[in-house]
Amino acid sequence: MVPFTYLEASSLDETLELLAQHGDEAKLIAGGTGLVNLMKQRLVRPGFVIGLRALKPLAGIVEDRGLRIGALATMQSLEGSPAVRRHAPLLAEACRHVATVRVRSMATLGGAVAHADPNLDTPPALIALDAQIVARSGRGQRKISVDQFFTGYFETVLEPDEMVTEILLPPQPAGSGTAFLKFLPATQDDYATVSVAARVALGADGAIAAARVALGAAATVPVRATAVEAALAGKTADEKTFHDAAPLVLEAIDPIADFRGSAEYKRKMAIVHVRRALAEAVAHADRLA
Amino acid sequence: MRSLKLAVNGTPVVREVADNRLLVDFLREDLKLTGTKESCGVGVCGACTVLLDGNPISSCLALAVHADGGQVTTIEGVAEGDRLHPLQEAFLAHGGFQCGICTPGQILAAKALLEANPHPTRAEIQYWMMGNLCRCTGYYKIIESIAAAAGAK
Repeated sequence: MVPFTYLEASSLDETLELLAQHGDEAKLIAGGTGLVNLMKQRLVRPGFVIGLRALKPLAGIVEDRGLRIGALATMQSLEGSPAVRRHAPLLAEACRHVATVRVRSMATLGGAVAHADPNLDTPPALIALDAQIVARSGRGQRKISVDQFFTGYFETVLEPDEMVTEILLPPQPAGSGTAFLKFLPATQDDYATVSVAARVALGADGAIAAARVALGAAATVPVRATAVEAALAGKTADEKTFHDAAPLVLEAIDPIADFRGSAEYKRKMAIVHVRRALAEAVAHADRLA
Repeated sequence: MRSLKLAVNGTPVVREVADNRLLVDFLREDLKLTGTKESCGVGVCGACTVLLDGNPISSCLALAVHADGGQVTTIEGVAEGDRLHPLQEAFLAHGGFQCGICTPGQILAAKALLEANPHPTRAEIQYWMMGNLCRCTGYYKIIESIAAAAGAK
């Protein structure tokens, strides 16, 4: 384990002051399931680790037309939250697939976003749900669309003095259905070989009004498959449409070969799972009268 | 160094620890509670499972400071004196262990399950216990043990 100085403040403002003071040299720690592993492997060596345990109000889940989710809400609390199940079953489902019960009880949604590991399950779900990330610093607050948030492997648009405080989910479109598929050919607790989150909204005529499709473990960032989305708009929600649109996912992804499969295998599995996710999302959609 | 105040198995503990001390090392080396085992060291295997405020966590991934002010339960705190916990009795009666290295973690994970859900289905037991690996039993005996303990409660 690398050495560091641990700091902790009792309020958000004081925490942001500590962050402003130490910036580049500091890492925030929530559940720690991501950061501690990186520090144990000496891949990250922060001079300062700033604990967030005292910021309990940031663990809330509030219905506010859509949902306002505090950055410190755990995977376990999201998985079991009636409000999340009602407004965003896709997010509850993604949380349910995260690693093990021990990780779900510690890991937070804000942490999953800020950690920016492209293999995580919740970021693709947030992209499909059109979430916004609220980032605060001593300089103020800004909202960032989640599909603009991730810039590279473990990198985001956050400035060194900024902290993720909330994740906002807008009201979901009428007539929409969602699906989260995590392809796990090896063990159940593994990172995905590829994961797909999809939201499909059907119009009054039963055709696809709009779709959002995002993938995890398929590139250096969680990616949105905009070519697939464009190919679905206005089409009949049937197998032929899904079959024709799914291969366009290749425009968005660039998987790496690892022990979960070759890059070519992952590309093929991405197509298969996009197709299945679209079919499942449509099966869940409430058709408008 | 930091001063920690917490309860371990119901006993108040006040200790100085290094800022980067891991909970598993604090328990095993500082408190000599060696019933908690460390195996993979990356939060995958479940051998180091302890309860923090009732929730199962990987003590190999938690900083000791994370438990400051909290209640930690290790395998040493599961029995009441000489009276074994129903889960421990069930693991004995149903052969829920062989070499024993994973057993403290299995028992604590199962204890958290039965506290959250006293009568789990087999599927619920499998979903919850999926992250506690055992290389001896093939899992059937572990699941039987937990189901038996749930029935006995």
